[in-house]
Amino acid sequence: MEIEKKVGQQSIRFVKPIVITSSASVVGNTEGAGPLADTFDWIVEDLLFGEQSWEKAECKMLRESAKLALRKVNLQEQDIDYFLAGDLLNQIISANFAARGIAIPFFGLFGACSTFVEAMLVASILIDGGFARRVLLASSSHHNTAERQYRFPTEQGVQRPPSAQWTVTGSGALVLEESGNGPRVTMGTIGKVVDMGMTDANDMGSAMAPAAADTLVTHFQDTGTKPDSYDLILTGDLGAVGKAALVNLLQQRGYQMGENYQDCGMLIYDLERQDVHSGGSGCGCAAVVFSGLILRRLWEKKYQKILFLATGALMSPTSAQQGETIPGIAHAVVVEFN
Amino acid sequence: MTQSQGQGNVQQQKMQQDMQQEYKQLVKNVKPRPPVLKNTILAFLVGGAICFFGQLILWLLKKQGLGDKEAAAATAATMVFLGALLTGLGVYDVIGKYGGAGSIVPITGFANSIVAPAMEFKREGFVFGVGARLFTVAGPVLVYGFLVSAVIGLIYYLIR
Repeated sequence: MEIEKKVGQQSIRFVKPIVITSSASVVGNTEGAGPLADTFDWIVEDLLFGEQSWEKAECKMLRESAKLALRKVNLQEQDIDYFLAGDLLNQIISANFAARGIAIPFFGLFGACSTFVEAMLVASILIDGGFARRVLLASSSHHNTAERQYRFPTEQGVQRPPSAQWTVTGSGALVLEESGNGPRVTMGTIGKVVDMGMTDANDMGSAMAPAAADTLVTHFQDTGTKPDSYDLILTGDLGAVGKAALVNLLQQRGYQMGENYQDCGMLIYDLERQDVHSGGSGCGCAAVVFSGLILRRLWEKKYQKILFLATGALMSPTSAQQGETIPGIAHAVVVEFN
Repeated sequence: MTQSQGQGNVQQQKMQQDMQQEYKQLVKNVKPRPPVLKNTILAFLVGGAICFFGQLILWLLKKQGLGDKEAAAATAATMVFLGALLTGLGVYDVIGKYGGAGSIVPITGFANSIVAPAMEFKREGFVFGVGARLFTVAGPVLVYGFLVSAVIGLIYYLIR
């Protein structure tokens, strides 16, 4: 009998082993000065990465992280069935332009800062469905490209409120395969778009927290798990404010988040010492923290089963200026390594 | 649509609104407040320092024998130049981070708001980049500054 892959309302179970066989991370200097410095593969001191513009630098970061992930396991481009990538910029130019130099059939994804987990989900579905044996995925963000698209010119003298987050400069990449040794993606929960009417673009964490709560509660219900069923529950980039909001929201729904709950945006920087306010954000945030620190801890067997959830704020500068509220989304994957 | 369905929708909307309201309250409780007192003091000190420096230049120019009007114009030009220079050197955004309104309101802040986009959008070319976006930040200030001064001028003319 065929095993049911759909679990509950929004969750899915993968039948084939979906193995994370390789990972790579490239980050900028602020991330390189943070507490996770030794978990990154490549710290780029020059934010332009030897290019002519921030956009080109971000594109190069994404390309280099993808290529590095392949190199680490001696794979060639022709060994990979699909390349999935996304970023924060209009028309996801970092991903599209990076894919120009990578000869692998390509899907461009946009889920704002949830893109990395969205890519992990789509890659796992492709493999489990028998449409691919190996998939390469990556997502990136760059502080300066995000600033100039969403906020102010980088040299503008502005004061940011304490709830604002710092867009991570970096790109993370993974190779997922149907066999091999490594942590496995075993389940996923696909999130709905949730909008609680938040409008403050300087507080993305609170805009995304309701989506995270929705996906988490759905995941717990679908799979019959609880917060303490996992060694680690990791959100992508809620930051200090969003994390506090999420803990409160879950409490209202009857779920108590414990010590095992962490947020990539708070792990990547030293919030006391580095001037990043509420923490890191961006497609690159969850990507580099997972590709570096989290996979390392999984290999060290410090974690055996984690729930990794990335949230995205689905707004654009135009929608924000027109007074639209900020919709959020959150996708989750379960990663296990026994 | 039947009437009861319509009522159902209204009820649903009301519930959604209540939930949003409740969530706004929750966020208000967890969101750190900006350190208003510290920001105000820093704005006073930074803004005050910039104005004091401007005053020094004005005195100096007058002492060198410039008339009141010429000295004021030359001071403004000097301060604009300094604001632009510090923006170019990547210093003004750091001042702005601490100074807040204290470094935005003086004329040096105006220079910063013109030079920063000029630097940022140079990569999009001199026409669609620098030319088109030079006033992205300062534009609204100019538009409404002119508008308000015209209105005030009109009122002054009428009541004089």
